[in-house]
Amino acid sequence: MNADKSDNQQPATGNRYLKLSGLEPLIITPESNFINVGERTNVTGSRKFLRLIKEEKYEEALDIARAQVEGGAQIIDVNMDEGMLDGVHAMTTFLNLIASEPDIARVPVMIDSSKWEIIEAGLKVTQGKSVVNSISLKEGEEAFISQAKKIKRYGAAVIVMAFDEEGQADTYERRISICKRSYDILLNKVNFPPEDIIFDPNIFPVATGMEEHRKNAVDFFRATKWIRENLPHAHVSGGVSNVSFSFRGNDKVREAMHSAFLYHAIQHGMDMGIVNPEMLEVYDEIDKELLEYVEDVLLDRRDDATERLLAFAEQIRESGSPLLRRGAGGEAEWRSLPLQERLTHALVKGIDEFIEQDVEEARLQAKRPIEVIEINLMAGMNVVGDLFGSGKMFLPQVVKSARVMKKAVAYLLPFMNQAPPAPEGGAPKRTVNWKTADPLLYNLLKDYCKRVRNVPTDAERLLWSALSDKQLEGYKFRRQHIIGRYIADFICLKQRLIIEVDGLIHQLPENMASDAERTAWLEEQGYKVIRFTNDEVLFRLDEVLNKILNVLKISESAAPPSGAGGAGKILMATVKGDVHDIGKNIVSVVLACNNFEIIDLGVMVPPEKIIETAVKEQVDIIGLSGLITPSLDEMVYLAREMDKLNISIPIMIGGATTSRAHTAVKIAPQYKDTVVHVNDASRAVTVAGNLLNEATKQEYAQQLRAEYDELREGYLSRSREKDFLTIEEARKNKLRLEFNPVEPKFTGVATMEPALEELTDYIDWTPFFRTWDLHGRYPDILTDGVVGEQAQVLFEDAQKMLQQIIRGEWLTAKGVYGIFQANTVNDDDIEISPLTPEGGIVEPASGTPPSGGGGLRFLTLRQQSQKTKGAPNLALADFIAPKESGKKDYVGAFCVTTGFGADEKAAEFEKANDDYNSIMIKALADRLAEAFAEYLHEKVRKEIWGYASDEVLSNEALIKEEYKGIRPAPGYPACPDHLEKKTIWKLLDVEANTGVKLTESLAMWPAASVSGYYFAHPESKYFGLGKIKEDQVKDYAIRRNISMEEATKWLNPNISPS
Amino acid sequence: MSDIHEALRKRILVLDGAMGTMLQRHNFTEEDFRGERFADFPHPLKGNNDLLSLTQPQAVKDVHRQYFAAGADIVETNTFSSTTIGMADYHMEHLVYELNYESARLARQAADEFTAKEPFKPRFVAGSIGPTNRTASMSPDVNNPGFRAITFDELLIAYKEQVKALIDGGADILLVETIFDTLNAKAALFAIEEVKDELGLDIPVMVSGTITDASGRTLSGQTVEAFLISISHIPLLSVGFNCALGADQLKPYLKRLAQNTSLNISAHPNAGLPNAFGQYDQTPEQMQQLIKEYLDDNLVNIIGGCCGTTPEHIRLIAEVAKNYKPRKLSVVS
Repeated sequence: MNADKSDNQQPATGNRYLKLSGLEPLIITPESNFINVGERTNVTGSRKFLRLIKEEKYEEALDIARAQVEGGAQIIDVNMDEGMLDGVHAMTTFLNLIASEPDIARVPVMIDSSKWEIIEAGLKVTQGKSVVNSISLKEGEEAFISQAKKIKRYGAAVIVMAFDEEGQADTYERRISICKRSYDILLNKVNFPPEDIIFDPNIFPVATGMEEHRKNAVDFFRATKWIRENLPHAHVSGGVSNVSFSFRGNDKVREAMHSAFLYHAIQHGMDMGIVNPEMLEVYDEIDKELLEYVEDVLLDRRDDATERLLAFAEQIRESGSPLLRRGAGGEAEWRSLPLQERLTHALVKGIDEFIEQDVEEARLQAKRPIEVIEINLMAGMNVVGDLFGSGKMFLPQVVKSARVMKKAVAYLLPFMNQAPPAPEGGAPKRTVNWKTADPLLYNLLKDYCKRVRNVPTDAERLLWSALSDKQLEGYKFRRQHIIGRYIADFICLKQRLIIEVDGLIHQLPENMASDAERTAWLEEQGYKVIRFTNDEVLFRLDEVLNKILNVLKISESAAPPSGAGGAGKILMATVKGDVHDIGKNIVSVVLACNNFEIIDLGVMVPPEKIIETAVKEQVDIIGLSGLITPSLDEMVYLAREMDKLNISIPIMIGGATTSRAHTAVKIAPQYKDTVVHVNDASRAVTVAGNLLNEATKQEYAQQLRAEYDELREGYLSRSREKDFLTIEEARKNKLRLEFNPVEPKFTGVATMEPALEELTDYIDWTPFFRTWDLHGRYPDILTDGVVGEQAQVLFEDAQKMLQQIIRGEWLTAKGVYGIFQANTVNDDDIEISPLTPEGGIVEPASGTPPSGGGGLRFLTLRQQSQKTKGAPNLALADFIAPKESGKKDYVGAFCVTTGFGADEKAAEFEKANDDYNSIMIKALADRLAEAFAEYLHEKVRKEIWGYASDEVLSNEALIKEEYKGIRPAPGYPACPDHLEKKTIWKLLDVEANTGVKLTESLAMWPAASVSGYYFAHPESKYFGLGKIKEDQVKDYAIRRNISMEEATKWLNPNISPS
Repeated sequence: MSDIHEALRKRILVLDGAMGTMLQRHNFTEEDFRGERFADFPHPLKGNNDLLSLTQPQAVKDVHRQYFAAGADIVETNTFSSTTIGMADYHMEHLVYELNYESARLARQAADEFTAKEPFKPRFVAGSIGPTNRTASMSPDVNNPGFRAITFDELLIAYKEQVKALIDGGADILLVETIFDTLNAKAALFAIEEVKDELGLDIPVMVSGTITDASGRTLSGQTVEAFLISISHIPLLSVGFNCALGADQLKPYLKRLAQNTSLNISAHPNAGLPNAFGQYDQTPEQMQQLIKEYLDDNLVNIIGGCCGTTPEHIRLIAEVAKNYKPRKLSVVS
């Protein structure tokens, strides 16, 4: 008996929908929108992907896959059909790697090959239900049946090409007859589930000039319709870009053709397709003339359709490159659009040139200025949010959109202040801002006020003595002010802040309203009310004034909410002791663009202030950012404090040193409410949305909690498995090098202030793009298929500003360095020989007591994890000759900065509502500081120390660190101990020499600064300390002469739980 | 063979409990594991529970009898690790056919005894097919995520040998269970289809996955729904979950399964979660109460126990199950 005959014709999962799976299900129902298959992981379609696979750069190849999934691909097509590749090997390897990336593997795979053995290789490594692309009757029925049987047995769906023994179907009749025949064979002879069959009825080019190609698109549409009507449950797919083949090089026409083709194909029943979202114009946005010509061709509406489209295409091509067309060339055109479309266009494209003009026009039409924000501008920002959410816009574009939005709001602001919301009873239009009273009640209230004003309480009198005459940082307060039907004790009209002492807001006894009613009314009018008790004012006036000031400042910085704030209120802060805020600022901008109201407390924010503001402002989410490792502890501390206070506001964690693992293991257990790590800015909106979505937030929180619990348990059990040596054993297994130190040409301490243009050649641009969430290596990123265009625009903007920085001397480069005689003592310490007052080195033998910058020690930390045989347990001290060797060796140290001036410039831009350039200047200052470090290191190697005077390296080789010797920085993997910075500061007198300061968490201020050591030994290399054990911490505490608690606090991220 | 379909229409079938837990009670020594036949075998054999089917067949058969006596309709063969891959640890790859064949035969004999006594309640033998100790879609080496310790083709060969011997030895059903990596299960299903083709027969197949923790996913990362879609290409008698969790933790995933499938649903949870010493504390009464909740919600067609469950657990489960009607085979949504 044939087993297949017994197949259960009713599918196990119910209804006859095409069901696919990766780690998660994809079910295609009649309600599903068009299923978008990502096409970038295809060696025949992407030269970049081919190169990466050929060079076995799988990490980057995976990035392409990931970008597609993040960009909204619901299935990813993987194709390895290239003559020079071992397709079976490449397919197997790549799909195996995808399987270990949950963010990619969540979607099903389309295994795409013309070779059966490659398809089968792919089927053997996918646990989910994939799609095979494709099989056909090309080789006859026998092969077709045998392949289909196997596919069914492997558990995959299949794309069937309209192809038979005679060749590819190129007419309507051939298309339907081959599809019908294939369908019948699959159902009757293979028992293939019909819902798992997807037909590809061949998309061929149109407008080729050949008469027989005229009906290519129409025939496809008709065949699609026929299949959907006559072959029950089957689907239709195709590779869309084929249709526009004859317009290669003319993207505008191609984009229009793709989108028009898809529009009609979907109408006819195509429900899946391989599409490059980059090459797709929005159907409604296609130029009407172009659309007409394109549709004439696709639908074969006129005999001269091809000629007319070709002529029009030529015209477009002459009008410039695609980039120019979208910018300058198109401007005149969009300026003639209706107002709302112009506003939306300006926001989507980030053009601020005409925004004030357009906003003014909108304002004149609106009833109230606020409506321009709430209606016109928000409509545009919603488009931006949607495009960004679906991966069709990138971060730098969004930041530019935000800039336009801010400018628009800033323009409207003065008008809004002129006309505060009319108080109940209807105040005359155009009141000035102190006229807030209800005119009908005004006289009654005025009398009451007079009486009260004359008999103030002690507390009122005291507070008024501190608030009157703009004493509080210039804020003007009024007393016993009438608002509508109510009387406020104190009010700052400009910031719309009401202060009440001892409870009730006074009102006429006959008009007594409930607290809730009154507060609601006041808040509706845009006032904020804070209350103090008499005792608070009388005995803790300082605290009261501070609180008032805080609220005033926040409402100042938050007014107007940049995104109008419908989605929720988020507090953002860089934690205490940390000064890095580029990432935080980007996240703030992105969130603001998506309708969140942002309260940004800036950098170095103490935990008390975060908590106080969060509570007072009733924020919905707290976002914490930090870049240096001590900030991790600050976040843990803050979570614990909030937990103690029983606060339940979800916390988002972000910043370069933060990680999902750290968040799960260290922060989440401290806090009852949700803590979530946000990997990059583009995820922030989704995460914040999930946290606040009423319908699903509970489920999301539970899911997160479960995920983190699992991660934590996994992490803890993993770290238990690792074996560690005692510190003594680790020291025994240290690296033992030969030492032939090169005597430096210079010893002592010196400063330098190079011109900025000298540094520009040393800039490593790759991290710059990463700052903006554009991932890829420079310069390849400029030609990347997905982000290339954006990267180019960003790079041009950066170059422009770099020139301004140099010409305008916006920033200054200051550096200090020193080279000292030194030896390793007690295995792990580097003892620096003291300097003579002249800067020379005091011979250790002379016995002079330490003076100058000398007599200090660098304390290094040693790897303690069990190594494979032969591998040493490293410490930086291993790169310096031990004292007992009797050899004179040397160590260097440095600190460079290009940060002076950056904050001021950034503030200027912020004031001009230009977040884009504010972030840009900080990002560039960071890059210049790194470039300075690289520049100085080269000078040290070649000239100042001179141990590598013959070195010749390209910039690329510099970035790859192909030189001899290293410049590790405290706080980084080889020496995570930030306390070492204090030693460097003393040794080089950094603060006096450069002005760079250390914060309490030992972050450098200004942020664009780099400090570190120099090691010259040719074998010295960067390494990661990894986890260390308590015995080393104890030993270290003694060496550092600090308490065990303090040592634990500083080294915490590196201490392995025992 | 259609008896099982008929029985499933009429009542909720009861699967047995743990085999290992029962065998441990004998405290077998290395010598006991070896028996006479493997007295001189050059490698240690203690802990190779599947081997006891050859060296202590009475003990194994006795466990089957105890479960049938407690009310089980189906017992699983003592073959959880009887593939060339699982037996490689004991250097016993060459015995795989015999292990499966003999284990199936022991269970068959016990089943036939009880069916003869109670013809109104036919008893069945499910050939147990474990996941092996290697994963086909995950790398054991975190530094080399593309590496695989086992391939689909290797699994296919190993499973085919096991499947064939189980059928030859008299199994009525094949149970692909404790699936933590769906790709391993797909290889087992592929093997079953090939053997069915080669022998020209049909045999009902049960599939039972394992949700490893509160994330609600298999070890290889699939959600309940994705798992179901990935194994639905083969005609199945039932789909369900077993092991790793206790009955209460397993319940939400069974519900999700029930919402998405019109197949019979099976569940054989552990007796709770293991305590600090790796032992299972849930009493038969406690487990009965939890299973009653499944039944009240009309969630299952086949119910039994996994790690830590004993004939007493199964007796109480059978007792409560007989008061309920089987789950109707239609998709909720």
